[in-house]
Parts: sequence; structure tokens; C-alpha cells
Amino acid sequence: MRERDDEWTDLMRSAISGDRVAYHRLLKAVTPVLRAAARRGLARAGQPADQSEDIVQDILLAVHLKRHTWDVSAPFAPWLFAIARNKLIDALRRRGRRIFVDIDDFAETLAGETPAERASPGEVAARLQSLPARQRDVLRSIAIDGASIKDTAARFSMSEGAVRVALHRGLTSLTAKLQGQ
Amino acid sequence: MDTDQLIRTLAADNAWPRRSVAVALMLGLLAAAPVSLLMFFTEFGIRPDVMTAMRNPFFSVKFAVTLALAISAIAASLHLSRPEASLKGVGWLLLIPAGILAAAIGGEMMIPQRLPMMTRLVGKNSWICMIAIPALSLPILAGALIGLRHGAPARPAVAGAVAGMLSAGLAATLYASHCTDDSPLFVATWYTLATALVAAVGALAGSKWLRY
Repeated sequence: MRERDDEWTDLMRSAISGDRVAYHRLLKAVTPVLRAAARRGLARAGQPADQSEDIVQDILLAVHLKRHTWDVSAPFAPWLFAIARNKLIDALRRRGRRIFVDIDDFAETLAGETPAERASPGEVAARLQSLPARQRDVLRSIAIDGASIKDTAARFSMSEGAVRVALHRGLTSLTAKLQGQ
Repeated sequence: MDTDQLIRTLAADNAWPRRSVAVALMLGLLAAAPVSLLMFFTEFGIRPDVMTAMRNPFFSVKFAVTLALAISAIAASLHLSRPEASLKGVGWLLLIPAGILAAAIGGEMMIPQRLPMMTRLVGKNSWICMIAIPALSLPILAGALIGLRHGAPARPAVAGAVAGMLSAGLAATLYASHCTDDSPLFVATWYTLATALVAAVGALAGSKWLRY
């Protein structure tokens, strides 16, 4: 557990200083842990586990948009689990349940625990439809087609800067829409 | 969009520059300052006898109290803007202005006074004080909340209440230069009530707008 936490912290430090690959690895590494915890939280609230992927995506978006609130001299896991806990409580509340979420739900999750992902597209995909055309196009190109920022810029005859702006605005308004639902 | 696709997209957005909550809060406060300053100078203004008042130590103590409140509430706000922040330590920080005020009250008690205690406490401007501090606070509170939205507070209502205190601290610093009541008893009563009012507004606003 300590080893895992140290690895996460190192990856996040690299990510904050601009290492995209480290950031990608970190998000990949935390996702199964978040997924298992979300499933457990849903199960305890008597909710179907198939909503866990929406919660995971919600947590990942919050981690991304709030990563400047992480103190680089502090360990990463407590910060991550605080956000995850907040989002899980939020999701359960939206579904009409008030429930106590234990921080240990996250901390005790074993690395080997990797439940299967749900196939259906989920809330994030549904909200994507309601974004302004340019943000939606850029997000689709990068997320679904797997294009780079450079390729996306060429495809829509935009500057790379404009693609970055559209991407960031798209992610921010996706999060706002998820919250406002 | 499946989770792998989302992760890929977030990684692609990693180059986006991030602004710290401290910078965002400062920008919010700087944007709000002209509004409150304009309100202050058109509606209230600095008291005419300010040069004489400066010789009274209790006039200066008002600024020590209000600035201590503003500074410790700014520090507390930045602490509370983190997801894993605990409330530990925040309370102590906010006791600093209360401590200065208590010391000032003690100091005033030691010196013989012309006016009886209740007269000093009630003062001449209690109503104006109760209106001016909240009114001057509101633009600052709005600016502070806009800045703090950049953070991710674990307890949005508490973070909002502390933002209310910092706004009241800054607003009271302005108001203190207008008010002719310098007794620490007056400050402890009316400034505190006005601050509590703004903190309550901040808590309500925070529970709505500081959630992330």
C-alpha cells in the first residue's frame, strides 16, 4: 500500500511538471481502485453497481480540473480519496440516498481488484451532446478517435492553441453539466 | 465515452496552465476592491478629525483587529480550499483577532474613561456600522467566492463562512476609518455582529457555489 502511494505521488509530481505520459499512467493506475470503491459505495447504498463508471468518470474529471489544489509536498492518495469520497457522496445524494461513505472504502482497496468496466456510454457521453459544436468536435476527435492535438488542429483547420482552449473549455463545461443535473 | 477515452483526453489537456487558488483569490479581491472603495468614498468617507483620532491608540487598535481578521481569514480560506483539508488549526487562526480585541478591552478597562461602559459599547454609530460593514463586504465576498471557486473545499459552507469573515475584515478596515466610535467594546459588539451576519451569508453562498 505504501509502495503504491509513493508511486502515485511520484507520478503526480511528474504530471504536475508537465509529463503527459506520467499523468496518463497515474490516471490509469488509480481508476481500478476508484471503480472498486465506487461499486462498494453503491452496493452499500443498495444501488445497482452499473452506475459505478459514471462516478469514476466524475471523480477523474474533478481530479483533473482541481489538480492545482494538490500540494506537491504532500502524499497524493489522501488528496485523491478526499475528492473521490466527495464525488461518491454527491452521486449517492443525487440518487436520493444519504449515506456515510467510509474513507477506508478507498484506502483498503486491493490493487488486484479490477471489476469489469461497464459497456454503456454513460453520463459523460450523454452530456457531450449538449456542448457547443466546436468543443464537442474537439473532444470527440481526441477522446473517441484518439487523435492528437496536432492532428485535431489539422482536421478542423484550427491552431493548436485553439484546440487546447476548446478541449479545456469542453472538459470544464462537461463537469459543470454533470454537477447541474 | 468510455473511461479509457476520458483518461486519454484528460492527459491531452495536461498542458493547460493551472492557476493556484491563492492567485485566483487575489485576483477576485482585486477586482472587487474598486467597487467597495467607491461605495465607501461616495457614501461614507474618512472621518474629518482623522488627524486627531490617530493620536488615540484605540483608533489604531481597530485596524489591528480588522486587518488581523482579514489576514487570518485569508490564510484559513486558502487552507480550506483543499479537498483533504481538516478544520484543525483554522479555529486557532481566527482566534488571533479575537485575542487582540480582548487585550484592547482589557487595556481600556485600566485607563480611566470619561464615558460609562454602556455608553461606549452602544456608541453613536451602531446602526450605521451594522449596515456599512455588510454592505461594503458584499462586493468583496462576491470576488472572494469567484476566486475560491477555483479550489475544491471539503466543506463548502465552512469555506464560505470564512470567506464571509475575510470580506467583513476588509470591509471593516475601510469602515473603521469612518466610524468615530473607537472603544474596543463598541468594536467587540457591533463589528462582531456585522461579521457574523456576513459569515452567515457567506456560508449560504458557499454551500451553493463552492461545491465542486
